[in-house]
This record gives sequence, structure tokens and C-alpha cells, in this order.
Amino acid sequence: MLSNLPFLSCAVLTLLAAIAAMTLRNLVHCALCAAASFAGLAAIYLQLNAEFVGFAQILVYVGAVAILIVFTILLTHGSDVKAGEPVRSSSLWTGLGVAAVVLSALVAPITRSASLWLLPSANPQAPVAAIGRVLMTQYVLPLETIGLLLTAALLGGVVIAMREKPARKTPTKPSRAPSRELSHAA
Amino acid sequence: MSPLVAVLYIVGIMAVFGSAFALTTIAERKTLGRMQNRFGPNRVGPFGILQPMADAVKMLTKEDIVPSSADKLLHFIAPLVLTTPVWLNFAVLPFGDHVVAARFDAGLLFFFAISAASELAVFMAGWSSQNKYSLLGAMRAIAQMISYEVPLVLSTVTVVMMAGSLSLTDIVDAQSSYAFGWLARWNLFTPWGLAGFGLFLIAATAESNRSPFDLPEGESEIIAGYLTEYSGFKYALFFLGEYLGLFAVTGLGVTLFLGGWHAPVKALAWAPSIFWFAAKFAALIFVFIWARATLPRLRLDQLLAFAWRFLVPLTLINIAAAAAWHYSAWWGFQGAMATRWVLCAAIIGFPYVWLGRSLRGGSPALRKYTYAE
Repeated sequence: MLSNLPFLSCAVLTLLAAIAAMTLRNLVHCALCAAASFAGLAAIYLQLNAEFVGFAQILVYVGAVAILIVFTILLTHGSDVKAGEPVRSSSLWTGLGVAAVVLSALVAPITRSASLWLLPSANPQAPVAAIGRVLMTQYVLPLETIGLLLTAALLGGVVIAMREKPARKTPTKPSRAPSRELSHAA
Repeated sequence: MSPLVAVLYIVGIMAVFGSAFALTTIAERKTLGRMQNRFGPNRVGPFGILQPMADAVKMLTKEDIVPSSADKLLHFIAPLVLTTPVWLNFAVLPFGDHVVAARFDAGLLFFFAISAASELAVFMAGWSSQNKYSLLGAMRAIAQMISYEVPLVLSTVTVVMMAGSLSLTDIVDAQSSYAFGWLARWNLFTPWGLAGFGLFLIAATAESNRSPFDLPEGESEIIAGYLTEYSGFKYALFFLGEYLGLFAVTGLGVTLFLGGWHAPVKALAWAPSIFWFAAKFAALIFVFIWARATLPRLRLDQLLAFAWRFLVPLTLINIAAAAAWHYSAWWGFQGAMATRWVLCAAIIGFPYVWLGRSLRGGSPALRKYTYAE
């Protein structure tokens, strides 16, 4: 029990922050709680000795995705609190249905996976150098495909954000939301 | 690592960089004063060197004012979220021979991941103050930090490629030998390292919100940006966090490009390794102060355009230059080194000139002052 204490505290933090992110009334609070739950998840990865995944989780989710969410809220004025309105969304049941479908789609392959029945090795290690080598040799095609996809998404974001003008007078400023995605691709 | 050693590291880092913060504030004000032809603080103690103590007493005894409409919890947490993770950055920096608190395989990744928390902290501070200047400052700060994080990370990629490791101790070891038997093989002494160091310094200045990139706190425009509604101890905490962030990124620059704790020439290698780290660190801090005293503040659109149209392409080209340097390492003919230098310098130099000229858009028209003539 005591040896599980770090894991339990991280798990409780992650779950509480996730619950708070769904139930709080102020959207900015929700976004910050979501960031806290991302950080808790990263802590769990780090406990599993998965250094690379843990740091990447913080870098991408806390550093990029949370900031993107916060920016979106601010730019769309979603942070104005409406007093007395119930937190329960009208599409609650739809959301629950989608969640259930996703969960079952994930659970089915996981329970059938052979790696679930493998004995844990004494000292699980995933050195960053090994991950890098495999990414650049065996999995280089998927990696490049993801890069291409992100570039396409980036271009799409620019096209959506671009205002059509008959005659361009001033050079368009770089918009902020797509710029965030560039750092993913990069 | 035994708990005792760990505690020693923690106490040592907090004591050294805590006092470095106090020393830097007075050194910065004195240097700025010298460069701007005035005295700087000279009332507290001999030559004013006790000024940081007076500042600390003033900050700690000031009334802590929280705006009545502020989001109290977030307003309270924001300085802590900014200041706490910054200390972790120092854990992976090798300060000397075998003097490093945590040897991570992915030390560099750890460094950048930890820095991500400061963006959220700045947003929390700006938003929770419920003040338009605070919010504007926070938006500016986040836009700037996101934009300059890309060239900052990309400029370090060359070093990682050459050392073949993300571990900062390995990167220092890769720079440990001496060329011609006397000159250190720092990354700075290669064409890609020289260009990368310049790009890194610019991006690091912007990341730590220092002049000429101090728009988030532009006093003449938005009071003090996200710091507007902070006073007393919390204000001091923000300053501590900013300076520690500057120290951390300076230490990273020393580690990546200036050979870490290695001596510049072999004849001086007898001096303690920590001394060399401290000397390079102090020299870089001086460069930051110098830049602050010299350069005027940019405009926001200039700032973002500079990052995305100039720095990011140049960092990408620099990676190509590093690759050319790496793959020409086997050249053995007479004058191979000079050829490699010219080749790699040309790969970075021509785009630099071309980009710089095309972005400037010809010579600027003479400005007309409608009401001031």
C-alpha cells in the first residue's frame, strides 16, 4: 500500500483535476484544471520510468494544448460566467454515449492484447536514444506521414483564418492559433 | 544519489542562484547606470551594493493588495506556478566536473518541458487580475513565448544532432577535446555553432521577456502588463521567477555552445571547473544587460514577424548547415577544414543576407511628421 503511495497520489490528482475540468462553471478554470490533469498523467508516466513520454506529455499538453485552449476561450469570449445556469449540458447523454463507444473500442483490443499477460521486467527502461533510433529507422514512414498530416492541418488552419480580400494592401499578420500547431509539426 | 547529497544539491542551487538574483539586480542597475551616463543606486552601503537588501525589506514589508474583482485563488497561485518549476531547470545543468544534480537521458527535453509551465503562470496572472492591461500583457507574453519557443528549441537541435544525445552531461563531454592541442572544441567555434548561438541568444532574450523583447511589461504602453495588479511579496516572486528563468537559459547556453565547464584553452584547464562555468555564466549575463541598455523595444507585429519570418527559417537552414558539417567530417585533402568552414558559412550566410534584405522591403521612406514640424 505504502509503495503505491506516489502512484495513488498522482492518480487521485489526475482524476480530481479531470472531474473538476468537467464540472466547474468558469471555462478558464476548466482549462487550467485540464492542464493540471495533463501534468498528473505526465507524473504517472514518469513513475513508470517512461522519461521521454512523460516529458513529451508536459511539453505538448501542458505547454501547447492547454495554452491553445486558453487562447481559444479568450478569443471567443467564452470566459464570461453566466450566473445561475446549470452546469449540466443539454447534450449530456450524447456525450456519455460517445464516451461509452470510445471506451469499449479501447478496452476490447487492450484485453485481447498479448502484452497484458507478460510479466513485468525487473527494471523497465526505455532510453531516449533507443526510442530515437527506432523512430528514425523502423517507424520513419509513420513519423513522416504524421508530419505531412500536421503540415496539411496547419495549411488548413491558415486558409480558414485567412480573410479573403479583393486587393491586399497590408501584409497579413501571422495568426496565433495555427502558429501553435507549427511547433507540433516542428 | 544518497539523500544527503541530494539535499546538498538542493540547498546549494537555491543558495547560489538565490544570491545570484540579488547580485544581478544590483549589477544590472549599476551597469545600466554606467551605460546611460548616470550613477545608478549609490545610497545604501558603499557604492550602493547593499541595495538588494533594502529592496528585499521593502518588498517583504509592503502591503499585499488584491483587487476586489480578482479571481483570488488564481491570483494567489500564479506567482507560485511561475517560480516553483523554474528551480527544477537547474537540476539538469552540469555546473562542473561531475557536479550535476540529475543525470537525465533526456535532460534537454526536461528543461524545455519545465519551461512550459511559465506560460500558463503568466496567463493565470494576467487573467485573474481582471484588468485589461494585465490581460493584454498576458496575451502579448504568451504570443511572444510561443513564437520564440520554436526558434529556441530548433537552435538547440543542431547541438543535439552533433553530440548524438539529449543528455546535457553528454553534450558537455562532446566538447571536451582540444583542437590543435590547445583550443577547446566548443560548439561556438564551428559555423553552425556560431550561428546557432546567435539565434539561441535572441530567442532566449525573448523567452525571458527581457528588453528589447519586453513588450509584456512595456511600461509606456500597458503599465506593467500582467504584473500590474501585483504588489509586495508576490511582485518580488515574479521578478525572482523571471531572473531564475534567465539564469537557467543562460546556463543552458553555456552548456550547449560554450563548452559547459571546460576551459577555453588547454593551458588554463587547471582552474576549477565550477570557476569556468561561473565565468562564462557571468559574461553571458553581462551580454543580456548590455543588450537591455542598448536596444529599443520592438512593436508586437515586428516581434512576431521577426520570429516567424526570420528566426524560424534561419534555424531550419542552420540544421542543414550542421548536417553539411557532419557529413563533410571525413574530408582529408589539403585545406579541407577551410573548405568546410566556407561551405557551412555560405549555407547560413546567404539566406541570412537574402532574408534580411527581402524582409526589410527596400529602404524605408522618409517619415513624415504631420503635427510635429
